[in-house]
Parts: sequence; structure tokens; C-alpha cells
Amino acid sequence: MVEVVEKATAASADPRQALPDASGHFGRFGGRFVSETLMAALEELEQAWLKYRDDVEFQAELDSDLAHFVGRPSPLYLAERLTAHAGGARIVFKREDLNHTGAHKINNTVGQALLARAMGKQRVIAETGAGQHGVASATVAARLGMKCVVYMGADDIKRQAINVFRMKLLGAEVVSVDSGSRTLKDALNEAMRYWVTNVDDTFYILGTVAGPHPYPALVRDFNAVVGREARRQCMDEYGKLPDALVACVGGGSNAMGLFYPFIDDREVEMYGVEAAGRGLSGLEHAASLCAGRVGVLHGSRTYLLDDDAGQIRHTHSVSAGLDYPGVGPEHAWLKDSHRAQYVGVTDDEALEAFHLCTRKEGIMPALESAHAVAWAIKQAAGMDRDQVVLVNMSGRGDKDIHTVADLEGISI
Amino acid sequence: MTRFSNRIDRRFAELAERGRTGLIPYVTAGHPKPELTVDIMHALVAGGADLLELGIPFSDVMADGPVIQHACEAALKQGMTLDKVFAQVAEFRRRDADTPVILMGYMNPVERRGLETFAEQAAEAGVDGLLIVDCPADEAADTTRVFDEHELHQIFLVAPTTTESRIERMAPLAGGFIYYVSLKGVTGSAALNADELAPAVDSIRARSDLPVAVGFGISTPEQARAVGAVADAVVIGSALVRKLDGAESREVAGDIVADYIGSIRAALDGLDESAPVEARA
Ligand SMILES: Cc1ncc(COP(=O)(O)O)c(C=O)c1O
Repeated sequence: MVEVVEKATAASADPRQALPDASGHFGRFGGRFVSETLMAALEELEQAWLKYRDDVEFQAELDSDLAHFVGRPSPLYLAERLTAHAGGARIVFKREDLNHTGAHKINNTVGQALLARAMGKQRVIAETGAGQHGVASATVAARLGMKCVVYMGADDIKRQAINVFRMKLLGAEVVSVDSGSRTLKDALNEAMRYWVTNVDDTFYILGTVAGPHPYPALVRDFNAVVGREARRQCMDEYGKLPDALVACVGGGSNAMGLFYPFIDDREVEMYGVEAAGRGLSGLEHAASLCAGRVGVLHGSRTYLLDDDAGQIRHTHSVSAGLDYPGVGPEHAWLKDSHRAQYVGVTDDEALEAFHLCTRKEGIMPALESAHAVAWAIKQAAGMDRDQVVLVNMSGRGDKDIHTVADLEGISI
Repeated sequence: MTRFSNRIDRRFAELAERGRTGLIPYVTAGHPKPELTVDIMHALVAGGADLLELGIPFSDVMADGPVIQHACEAALKQGMTLDKVFAQVAEFRRRDADTPVILMGYMNPVERRGLETFAEQAAEAGVDGLLIVDCPADEAADTTRVFDEHELHQIFLVAPTTTESRIERMAPLAGGFIYYVSLKGVTGSAALNADELAPAVDSIRARSDLPVAVGFGISTPEQARAVGAVADAVVIGSALVRKLDGAESREVAGDIVADYIGSIRAALDGLDESAPVEARA
């Protein structure tokens, strides 16, 4: 079978054209809970998205960029020694870690940057946690000759120094955000504030399936290429659909991108893995679907972590990319409709999986992705040998080696 | 929607009758210190405020600039809670039965309390209106229904980027007054362009019978006067909060309020004397 680049458009094959509805809701979730000052910009973005989603030329350019700049399709890889270790279902990785810049994030930023250019915006801004989305944004901005400003929590800047330097090398300005918990949620607040003030010439590249409509749908659509490729690759390789999908969930973009094309395939189980940090029984985690409740954050109604007064809580995860108190509204909808299950993996379990995967497969996962690997091993262990567990290897672990070394008391 | 009238409507009717431009100061509840808030509210009224906006501190004030962010963080650090905000309003009401109080805040604390309970407690404390920054008219079907039952107005923002059709869709839900955001940006942003204001305010008046208040970015008496020439009321927020920052005692806070709000009031009064009522109607 000749590999063909999966088309970025699949509007005709879209399983659930109806969601979100016209006002951006997934059932009771989602929507547009933002200040009136942002409504016009969101409407403009929505119009552009609706237009270019079905525009042949735009999609051809996107497909071409995904093939030649990102390196798609990413392979599907059978993790044989990890499979043997788990002693059950075959564990296969969707290798988003092999993408240019090292994570799934680039699928979205390539798409949004093309949208920004089509809309005539000269400047892009982005928020970032782990720095992966910031790097992916700075990368596409460099390629298109756009100015790029990345907002990053002061604490994340400390723990992701390599990515900060990468962004600077790419010509982006990195703005340190000192408010609140000085992590991803505060970076997002700050990016929104900047956007409100500069809507005329600025495009906000939001990095996950959270935020006000149309972002959750827009980011999902740009990442759904992951699921479409995986679906076809799995059919080609194993002659059937996977039995279970596993992906880590921060805001939820790599998971949504993988899940979306499988939603109507009822026999395919879906597991979203949240950061259980130091344990779900305490407060030091970032598992909004497993341990949160419904509220409003960053423009949409969704599950989130707050205190009894409705103040958003500080969260904890060993991986900066999962350290976020909210989650994309479509995941909230998938949870409530029982189409997907959401589970937690602790810091320690993720670190163990990080080492195991590195030593057994020669693939060093991002700490975010290591959460998915940890769950996949558990999941596979209880399944039959002819079954397939497909894991989104959302990113590579190079950015995390300092974190791992620090945690283990090693100086490098 | 106005099927009832409360202190806000009565106050704007009085202002119109007297030909007086309304002054609406904003302070964050619990800033600079929780024990000063009620005194500050009374001082604002004594200094010439016609309505009061009281901010409910929130951890993630996405639409606010650094000044109000800082005020919210400081208030939360000192233990401010929603219950304390209600208690402050109730205490204020014991000595002031007439000045309308509008709570300004974000959706999550309201939902966490429960919309019904929140509305009931707000009304009981003596609140008259709610401005929920991240609840635009599109998402306000439930809130307006519940607030209505408690005779609370939900106040909506109109931005320079708001289309006419959006104003038309918002008008039936809006109560109290329309709050026009005089610039693109978060609270406390710099530039204010008074020239662009008149057509915007006219456009709102063509689509709603409610009074129009203008805010965001107004700090000097001159700006207040320019805005007051076209609006029914002027909102002063970040500039006041910035001045109050660090005030340690009720005397110091009282002096700051008297000086600053007094100067704004004087500018608006000068305007009101020089312009006959009909000319501004
Ligand atoms: C490699 C990797 N995986 C996952 C995530 C989490 O984001 P999301 O849940 O949107 O996929 C990040 C975020 O930075 C990431 O860098």
C-alpha cells in the first residue's frame, strides 16, 4: 500500500457535523463566555474557519505543509517490547513525536497560521505551558515571516528553559506572566488580554481544544488528521480498527485529534489520561475530568478545578503541558455521554513509563505522553493478544530531560 | 425586558430630571483592605457618586488589566469571599438605602454558588444589578431569567467592535443601563478617543431605551468631562483602584476618594451647568 498524505479536509466524512451547534455548544458545554470586547474577533475567526474549512486551495496548501514541513503522515509503530512487557494487547504508537518540532502541536499551528495569513493578520500570539505550542507557533511564524509573541507563565519559563531558548532563536518574543499561579492558565489569560487590545492586526493561535467557540472545534479539526491517519494505518496494518485509543489530556488537543474520527465507531474504546500528579485524593493534580466539576473557565463551560468559592485552583503535574485546571468542552461532553472514559496517572507512574518506554523501545516520550503510555500498559495487560491499543505518542521527551534529571537528583 | 424598576432605574430617572451626568466609580471589594470597603463606598457617595460598582474578586480576571488583577489578588489574599461581598453590601445598605449597587464579576463564582442562591443572596443584601463580564448576551438566557425574578438587572457591555445587530439582540435582555466600553482593550488601558464616542452612543440609543454609561480608560477630570458630554454616566475604575492601592486607614482612603472623585464630580458638574438639558437629550 502506497502511503498517501491524509487529506486535511474530511468534511464529507465528518461523523458529527452537528457538534458543536451553531452557537458553539457541545450539549451543555462549550459556548462563548467571554467579554463582549472579544465577541467580534471570535465571530470573525469563526467566519474565516467556516470559509477556509471547505476551501480547496486553502486545504491543498495545508496538506502540502503537513506533508513537507511537518513530515506527515506520522508512522504507526508497534511497540513490541512494551507489548511483551505488558503481556496483553498489542501496543502501537501514533508517532506524533516525529513531527517537526517534536509534538502534535504543529498540526494546529500550521493550520491556524495559514488562517491568520488568509485573514490578513500580521502578528500571531500564543500561550504556552510546556513550551511545545509556543515553539510550534514561533516556528510557523518564522516560516511565514510573521511577528510572534508567546505568553508563558514565569514558573513554566523556569522549568522549560530549552523551549524558551528555542522560541527566541526562532525570533519570537517570550513574555513572562507573573500573575496568578504563573502557569498555563495565566498565560492564556494574558494572551486573551493582549488580543482584546490588538484585535485588528493580531491572530491568537490558541494551543488546545479549550477556550471560547470556535477554538475547541477549530483546534480539533486541525488535529483530527492524527485520528484519520491512525484509522487508515490501523486498517492497513491490522485489518481492523483499534480496540482502544489512549491519549493524554491537558487541554485535550492531541486526544481530541485522535478520538474525533473514531467517535462513531462505537466498538473503539477511548481513554483520556489526565495528570493525577501526587494523587487524586489530594489537591496536587490537574485532573479536571476525573476530579473536577462543571463551571466556566477561559470562555467555555466545562469541567474544571476550583475551590468552593469558585476560585480557580492551582494545579500540579510533573508535566507542564498537562498542568491546566480546565479541559476542552468536547471532552466534557464525551465524558458525560460516556463515549470516552477519563482516568488519572500519577507523576510517579508517568516517570516510570518514561523510563520504561525509553529503555524498551528507544523512544523517549514527552512527560505528557508518558502518562498515556503508563495507562496503555495497564490497559493492554488486561486485554487479549490479538487486540490493539493505539496510543498517541503526542511528543518527544527531549524538552523534559532537565525535569527528569532534577527529579532524580542528577545534575547535567 | 425591564418589567420592574429598582434603584438603578430610579436613580437614572432622577439624574435625567436634574440634568446631572451620573458618576459610577468601581472598586474591588476587599481592596485595599476588606475592612475599608464599606467606608470607601460611603465616601464615594459623599464625594459625588451616583451609583456604585463593586467588583467580586476572582482568580482569573481575563478581561481586566493589571490594576484590577492586582486588586483582586490582594483582596483574595486577605480572605475576601462572596459571602463577605454580600455582607459589605448589606452593611452599606444600613446607612444608604438609595444608592444603587452593581456587582461586577465573573461567571464561575456565580455558578459555584448556584444561580438561584446567588440571585437570592444578592437581592437580600441590597444589590441592584449584576455585570458578569464573561457572560455576554448570547449566554445570558438563564441568568437574566433568574435575575429578573429577583428584580436584579443584568447589565451588558457594548464594545467599539460590537455590531448593530448584536446590540439589537442584546437590548431585550439588558436592564439598568448599557455599559459602553470606550476603547479596545482590558480595563485600565490607556487611550480614550472621545471623538469616536458620540456616534457609538447614538447607535446604542437608537436600539435601546436604557441610559448609556461609558467606562474603561477614563482617569482624568478632562476625560470624564468629554465622555460626560455624550453619555448619561461615566464609570471610573482602574484609575480609582490604583489610587486606593496601599491606603492603610479609612482616613487615608477617605481623603483619596474625596480628592479624586470630588475632582471628577466637579468636572461633570461644570459640564452640567454649561449645557442645557435639551441639548444633551
Ligand atoms: C507533547 C505534549 N503532549 C500533550 C500536551 C497536552 O496538550 P493537549 O492536551 O492539548 O494535547 C502537550 C502540551 O504542551 C504536549 O507538549
